[in-house]
Order: sequence, then C-alpha cells, then structure tokens
Amino acid sequence: MNSNNNEVLIRVENLVMHFPIYRGVIRRQVAAVHAVDGVSFDIRAGETLGLVGESGCGKSTTGRTILQLYKPTSGHVYYRDQDLTQLKPEAMRLMRREMQMIFQDPYASLNPRMTLRDIVGEPLMAFDEASGKEIDRRVADLLQLVKLDPDFAGRYPHEFSGGQRQRIGVARALALNPSFIVCDEPISALDVSIQAQVVNLLEDLQKEFNLTYLFIAHDLSMVRHISDRVAVMYLGVIVEIANSDVLYIEPLHPYTKALLSAIPVADPVFSETHQRTVLQGDVPSPVNPPSGCRFRTRCPIADETCALKQPEFREIKPDHFVACDKI
Amino acid sequence: MAELLLDVQGLETRFKTPEGIVHAVNGVSFTLSEGETLGVVGESGCGKSVTMLSCLRLIASPPGEIVAGKALFLGQDLLKMAPEEIRKVRGAKISMVFQDPMTSLNPVMSIGQQMAEPLLLHMGMNKEQARKRSIELLELVGIPNAADRLKDYPHQYSGGMRQRVMIAMGLSCIPQILIADEPTTALDVTIQAQIVELVKRLREELGMAIIWITHDLGVVANIAHRVAVMYGGYIIEEAPVKELYANPTHPYTLGLLGSLPKINASERTRLYSIEGMPPVLYQKPQACPFAPRCTFVQERCWKENPALVNITPTHRVACWADTTSGSERL
Repeated sequence: MNSNNNEVLIRVENLVMHFPIYRGVIRRQVAAVHAVDGVSFDIRAGETLGLVGESGCGKSTTGRTILQLYKPTSGHVYYRDQDLTQLKPEAMRLMRREMQMIFQDPYASLNPRMTLRDIVGEPLMAFDEASGKEIDRRVADLLQLVKLDPDFAGRYPHEFSGGQRQRIGVARALALNPSFIVCDEPISALDVSIQAQVVNLLEDLQKEFNLTYLFIAHDLSMVRHISDRVAVMYLGVIVEIANSDVLYIEPLHPYTKALLSAIPVADPVFSETHQRTVLQGDVPSPVNPPSGCRFRTRCPIADETCALKQPEFREIKPDHFVACDKI
Repeated sequence: MAELLLDVQGLETRFKTPEGIVHAVNGVSFTLSEGETLGVVGESGCGKSVTMLSCLRLIASPPGEIVAGKALFLGQDLLKMAPEEIRKVRGAKISMVFQDPMTSLNPVMSIGQQMAEPLLLHMGMNKEQARKRSIELLELVGIPNAADRLKDYPHQYSGGMRQRVMIAMGLSCIPQILIADEPTTALDVTIQAQIVELVKRLREELGMAIIWITHDLGVVANIAHRVAVMYGGYIIEEAPVKELYANPTHPYTLGLLGSLPKINASERTRLYSIEGMPPVLYQKPQACPFAPRCTFVQERCWKENPALVNITPTHRVACWADTTSGSERL
C-alpha cells in the first residue's frame, strides 16, 4: 500500500474534455459542456488513487479520457513516458492491454448474448493471446481468480446476480494482465454486503498482481477505505489531492470539508453530537461554469475576489494540493 | 404516552412468478407511534418495500397477493377497507415518497398540475387555493422561485429538486404517516444531507410519524428513533437506534455493520464481507433464512426458524445463537 517512493505510472497534464453542443439546421456549435477543464495529477505504480465528487463533476469523463475512450480536447496523458494522446490508433489499441476498465453497471456492461467464456475470453482473442483449448483454460483460471466456479463458463450473464456479474467484469479486465485499471463506480450498483465482497476482491488482486487503480466513486467512506490518495473533483476541476488519511482528517478545501461532513456516519451517537455543514443548492451547469473559482456560488467562505480568477492549484503541505486562495 | 398509529401484525405477501411463488413478506409485525421515525433496513429483495406497499394495498394483484395479517391504522384494518375508503387514507393520512424521482413524476404534466392533484382530491381545494398551497409547499422544501417553477416540467428540475417535489407532494395533505422508500438513494451525499435535514425539520414542524426505508445504515443512524432490520421477508432484529448500533445482536446485523468501512478509523482493516447472496424464497422457509450465510450457524438453525423474541423490553431479535463475541468473530 505504501507507494510514496514508487515511479509515476500515469501522468495527466492539463487534461481538457469539452463536449460540443450543436443547434440549428446547420448544426452550428453553440456551446460546450466543460466536463473536464484542465486537470493534472499523477498516479504512482501500485497505488490506488480515489477520485470523488458529485454526479456530473466529470470524474467518469476523466477516467474515460485517460484511457482515450474520448479524444481529449487538449492536454496530455502519459503512460510510462509515452504520450497516449499522440499515439496512432493501432499503437493505442496495442496499448490497451496495459490499461483496462471496470464499469459501473454490471447489467449493461456485459453482452447478454455472450457466454462467460466469450466475454472473458474476448480480450484474449482480440490480441491473439490464446486460441482454442488454451482460451478455455485461461478463462477457467480467471474465473477462479475472481472466486467464480469455472464450470459457469458456458452460462449467460442473466443467470448471475449483480455481485457475480461485477466479478465477471473484473475477470474480463484482468484477462490481459494489465497494470492499470480504471474502476468506474464498480460497487455503487451493489448491495451493502456484496460491496464488501467486491472491494476485498479488488484489494486482493491488487496485492497479487501489483495493479494500479483509479477508483472512481461517490461513496466517500469506501473510497477512503480502498485508496492511498484521494482527489476531489468539482465541476470539471480537481480542488484537492492528498493522502487519503490526511484528506479525511484534515481537509483544507471548503468543498472537501462540506462533502466529508455530508457523509452519513453509521453511529447515532456521533450524528447526534456533530453538527453537519450542509451545502445549499445544486452543482451549477457545466455549460456555463461560474467565473473564477467554480465553487464560489456555494462556498461558505467566498468573497468577491473569488470571482476574478481561477485559484491556483498549489502544494500547501508536502503531497497535499489545494485549489483555494483563501487557505 | 404517544398514540399508536400503525400496528401491523403477521403480514404475509406473495408473488406469483413464472418460476414459482415468491414469498416476499413472511409474517412481519411492527408498530409505529405518533411522532416516531422507524427506519427499515435491508438489502434489495428483503421485502422492505413490499411490506409498506402491502400496508397501503399498492401491490398489483395479480401477481401479488396479501395472504395473511392485519395492518391497523388507528384501529382500522387497512387490509379490509373498501377501495374507496383506502383511497381516502392514501395520500391524505398516510402518504408515500418513492425511491426514484426520475420515474415517479409524470413527465408530461407540469409540477404545478401534479402538486395540485392531491390537494384538489383530498383537501377539497379549488384551483387557486391549490396553487397557493403548492407554492407554500415548494418553499417549505426549499425550492427557489417556487411561484415561477410551478409551470416547469420534471425534466427542468435537478434530481435533488425532483426528490424535494416528491416530498412536498407527500406532505401536501399533512399526513399522519409519511412512508419514504429510499428517498435519498439516487442522490449525491451533499443533496442527501439536505434532504435528511429537511425531513428532520419538517418532522418537528408538522409532528408526523415517518417510516424511512433504506439500505444505508449511515442515513438511518441520522434520522431514525427505532430501526427494524429485514432479511428474507422477516424482521430479524428491531431496537431503538442507539441500542442497535451499540449492541447489534443478530449475525446479519453484525455483518452489515461490519461490512461498512469505518470513516473515523485511523488504521485500515479488511472489510468484513457476508459471503453468499440474499435468498429468493420460493417456499416459506422452514429454517432460518440467514443460516447459509451465517458464521454462528448451529444444528438447530437448519430445522427451525427462530421467532422474533424480546431480549430486552425494547430489543427484539430472531436468533438463538450467543453472538456477544460478535465483533471479534467477524
């Protein structure tokens, strides 16, 4: 888990992802959704970086753009010093062996007409890693790895529960021995007792194969549990990154503070004695984000200077970055 | 002594499906007093929503059927009422807020029209009165520019605002009981905190009793006075909220609490996970429904289903195992 001295596996630099909005007969671009608006961070080999924020803040888009599932508007993503944004399509395709994704919805992310063997074996075929009987053997190994019975290989996704399907998704992601996996809300569709099963599995696999995770979630307590460091996103920008214990004990950005204070704590005595700071209002539209600091419209400590310029993302303490000029 | 509002006894509900008869609720008994908030906790399919829908007779029949039990609301059995009588109860005296604000609002009716409906129907208001009351209600739940937003359609509201509208509609006739079925599950934590604070405030202002259905043990700790934990169509443990979290006794409750990451813990420990899956009950269980997943399982658990018995005057548990060593064994 301790990864402070490890090499940087993924470096994201000023990543911008705007989705254009077209209107009218000639489909003129009238505006853009500023889904991700200049984020920079590193992910170190063997660590889990948690990425949290409210829905619509751009956390999933960030994950997908890192994997080049969207072509970024601008910015760079380096994987071991290779700039993924500059790679030719075929080179990028080969690169995908190294980086995989686990999706949020275990119902929509598995093709209902494919058997487990086809689903988990597809990456192996796509990269000519195996054929014939060899595929069966590898699929059986993978299913065993995620604690599913290898005899299930001939079955279809509808025969499995949500937690089991998510294991199938994990097996598929592991088929090519990747080193980096983007987990896009892998547990939010699952029941409480099943969530713990999947999180434990992800942790075991990380130890066994030295995997690096980008763990996207809105369940803040689970993110703290699984992550080494946590990045907090708000409206397309990262407002704070720190070691997860530091972030949860000593949050600096007012948004992080509010977000953490909103977590319902499963302890009636604690909730009776602690006053929560409840954020008012909703997240503004990412089509027209507020000028200057994006959080200023809901921020308890904002003043008129916050509207003037976007706060600099600076290192306040070693390894603790915050984008707020009031701190 | 607070008045007893709802007294449910031995409720059983089944569904006919192509695969067989699903025993969704298998004899559930609970009470709700004036001003009290009861949290009902359990995983999907444990019967928590079906229990409440059965009380209001909102189970489609077929395939559903309420086969046994009583649901006494101020002494009157809701399950035996004539259709026109229960219609006067629903929405007026007992109202329900549904889980998914995206699908439980009508997309082709404006918010104003939808809000006016129960007011015209139950409160005998005219259109102008209903409009005024709707604006008051929207302001009560914190919708800005309420008067202008009445003519908007649901898609023009955000998820959190839609949930507020659902709550405002639930409150519109000032019910004695508000049943909230996972009202915050689809929302972000910040919005969830807003809704929880809102309901707490309204509870004090209007003095209604609340049944809060959820799978989130954190939210329940914040809002409920008493908690019932459901599994396999049964209440398996019930206690005042502080007692339940300080002294969880049923192995399933222990497991649920153990599977939560501790937000305040300084060191990281492995999460406890309950192996296996919740059951789908095609027969009424003759054994304890939790036995296949239980770490405390004994011979007896495979032969008999433990009854819900009092271990203290306010704490009921359906388990005979000694689980006092619980947290260490997990």
